[in-house]
Amino acid sequence: MADRDGDSRQRFLPKHNLSLFFLCLSLSLSVSLGGCSEDKRTETKSQRDESAASHPQPAYGDTLVEGSIGDATNLIPMLASDSASHNISGLIINGLVKYDKDVKLVGDLAESWEVSQGGLQITFKLRRGVTWHDGHPFTARDVLFGFQTITNPNTPTAYAEDFRQVKKAAALDDYTFQVVYEKPFAPALTSWGNLVVLPKHLLEGKDIAKSELGRKPVGTGPYRFREWISRDRVILEANPNYFEGRPYIDRYVTRVIPDLATMFLELKAGGLDLMGLTPIQYKRQTGDRFFQQSYHKYRYLANAYTYLGYNLLDPKFKDKRVRQALSYAIDKEEIIKVVLLGLGVAATGPYKPGLWFYNPDVKKYPFNPAKALALLKEAGWEDRNGDGILDKDQEPFEFTVMTNEGNPVRQRTAVVIQERLKKIGIRMKIRVIEWSAFINEFIDKKDFEATILGWTTGFEPDQYDIWHSSKTGKKELNFISFKNSEVDELLEKGRRTFDQEERKAIYSRLQEILAEEQPYTFLYVPEALPIVHSRVYGIEPSPLGISYNLHRWYVPQGLQRYDRTELAP
Amino acid sequence: MFSYLVRRILTLIPLFFGITLISFAVIHLAPGSPIDVLADLNPKMTAEAKQRLISYYGLDKPLHERYYQWLRRFASLDFGVSFSPDRRPVMDKIRETLPITIVINALSLLLIMLVAIPIGAYSASHPYSAFDKSLTLFVYIGFAIPTFWLALLALILFSVQLEWLPISGFRSLDYARLSLAGKIWDMVSHLILPVLLSAFGGLAGLSRYMRGSMLEVMRQDYITAARSKGLSEREVIYKHALRNALLPVVTILGLSVPGLIGGSVIFEQIFAIPGMGRLFYTGVMSRDYPLVMGILTIGAFLTLLGNLFADISYALVDPRIRKGGKG
Repeated sequence: MADRDGDSRQRFLPKHNLSLFFLCLSLSLSVSLGGCSEDKRTETKSQRDESAASHPQPAYGDTLVEGSIGDATNLIPMLASDSASHNISGLIINGLVKYDKDVKLVGDLAESWEVSQGGLQITFKLRRGVTWHDGHPFTARDVLFGFQTITNPNTPTAYAEDFRQVKKAAALDDYTFQVVYEKPFAPALTSWGNLVVLPKHLLEGKDIAKSELGRKPVGTGPYRFREWISRDRVILEANPNYFEGRPYIDRYVTRVIPDLATMFLELKAGGLDLMGLTPIQYKRQTGDRFFQQSYHKYRYLANAYTYLGYNLLDPKFKDKRVRQALSYAIDKEEIIKVVLLGLGVAATGPYKPGLWFYNPDVKKYPFNPAKALALLKEAGWEDRNGDGILDKDQEPFEFTVMTNEGNPVRQRTAVVIQERLKKIGIRMKIRVIEWSAFINEFIDKKDFEATILGWTTGFEPDQYDIWHSSKTGKKELNFISFKNSEVDELLEKGRRTFDQEERKAIYSRLQEILAEEQPYTFLYVPEALPIVHSRVYGIEPSPLGISYNLHRWYVPQGLQRYDRTELAP
Repeated sequence: MFSYLVRRILTLIPLFFGITLISFAVIHLAPGSPIDVLADLNPKMTAEAKQRLISYYGLDKPLHERYYQWLRRFASLDFGVSFSPDRRPVMDKIRETLPITIVINALSLLLIMLVAIPIGAYSASHPYSAFDKSLTLFVYIGFAIPTFWLALLALILFSVQLEWLPISGFRSLDYARLSLAGKIWDMVSHLILPVLLSAFGGLAGLSRYMRGSMLEVMRQDYITAARSKGLSEREVIYKHALRNALLPVVTILGLSVPGLIGGSVIFEQIFAIPGMGRLFYTGVMSRDYPLVMGILTIGAFLTLLGNLFADISYALVDPRIRKGGKG
């Protein structure tokens, strides 16, 4: 899904406290399986490992308070599309599968699974003895019920598509759940996260959209729901019967603080234990002794990238050499330095570095204006009339790049690019438009020359919807009209192939073609910058982020801050 | 007086429906729709899934039909169900957020009056004195300073450095455990900064208004008459001039009602107060039509009520208006 403003953190009125960070669903299970991404460096972590070589004893107790700019909307995962809701419901509701630390798909509520009949059939063996938070036993019927609900046309969900590929689903017995697909669909397995597990005994015969459960969820997860004060806070408490063992931290509170500056002050005053920093807070405001002693900062590549996309129906951008030239003319490192304060890396393609399907050996476009000019000349663009602007057939090289309102990071990126292109004689105008109008009037109608936008990515390489030539219709995601028969083939093959090595080869080739063709100039992958209070132990950063093992975090006895009664009703 | 009242009320009714009609049209004319959040650039969203959502929310019906349905529901005081994924009744959401917003804005309005009226009156009675000038400067500073910036500075000083006041929200985490007095102080301490700061920004308007009105009154013949009777300047100003100068302020009060409820998106945002300003803002951003309509309608209703109240009190204190009505 489009990353509307995933990387714009520093704003006065956060524009969408509602559903700010768009989750990419297709490309990932990140929704159901938690958070962030690759662990590049953990600056303070290493210091701590030295000082606390003797890891203190894990202990039960204490409360963790996290800051969120938006309130949750609905705690039934299939009904919500905002990250605040998914972050919370992810602690309450398990899926059949999840990613482990190394981004390998492992069982969650499923103990094991078997893919048979050439990928058409998946049989899940479920864990026994798991109970819902109300004590009712969890069975395959709950999964079947969840599946039936998400594919029910009356359920207002944005996630039905993967499940519509299923021809038949059945609960063979209490602990066996089987699905049969129309055709082999490799991304299928990852879709069985927590979107489709629902407590049948509480929901049967009810309208899920209006159900109480969205406000008072009942799940099987490490935390159970306690209280939700709208627009203020959500309180969860440890589930003592969690099948992986009771979580150490007793309570988990999410406080809604829509203004990031206020949230930072709240952190500074000790009112928060966990929040995401902006680059400027990370770089310039958290370096003093107080922060070094009281907090640990982490940084990972986020599951997202920002790009400059060219409308390939526009005659100017039809020529591959022109697009390559633009990529050479743009200094990505400069953008990262200026706009992200160095907290990001240059993107080489549509995947984040460090994942198994990422191909580091593709054609790269280091900053090289001379090469850019040479390529443009080859393509017929030259400054013939001496006005400083390249021209071809008496037409000057100028175009407008559009981006959405409310995302200063993207706007600043546009300005940096504008400056660079001006230097080689290309006039680029910038137009910033409110999101809805931008998408409906320009992107959906393909009425744009170039655009700066972002995608959130995930742990599944399938990007059929973005690059396949069949997806170039109105309101579809290949809005730049990229058409390449080899890419089409690869995308189709990638979806049919289950073997990881084979898939890796397929998607490596895909990345080579995209790097050669430059339908986008892939700009940068920003970093996620969480900060956590230093009394919390057990954090093990991974490409998934830090929160995937939250139920194993603990605060040693002597360091606990909130006593147990403090949050009683 | 009675017929004046009836006439005023009768004109309010078409006005009210006119407002709802225009509001309804305008919010639907704005680009975007409630399903954008789910559907925009979402790879999992097929055209037919989008269509299903559109009919789920009833967005496929023509605008006039939707307005008619809205009116029918409104007749039974039902604002419908929010389009946000929580699908809660709009009325519940408004009920949750309205009290805190009203409390903050009412307190700040009260504070503004308590400070601005004396400032205005004093400035008018000593026009162009150094004191007048410095007061004027003071209120303009309050008016001109970006409130969010000042709010952050105040937070850094009072909450981070001095640790006197809490930073955000309107209840502490351990609120439930506090004694009654503790609970009251907890609430009060959360409200101090928002109320003070929003009042500071609002001083300029009312105090300048008061000063102008007072200067106007001071030029009237009856003030000259009062002076020529040999009354002390004090009595002239505070007994005769002030009372008359306050009249227009009554109108201001009536007109402040929409501010009371819609008021402070910015303050609620900065101080993380779960009030109606934020509710409205998120509603607008996600094109939550029923919610936006609900809040606009209540806003319109209260505004008209405020106007009516201003008119009535004006009529009560100023016979010219009553009589003029009969004429």
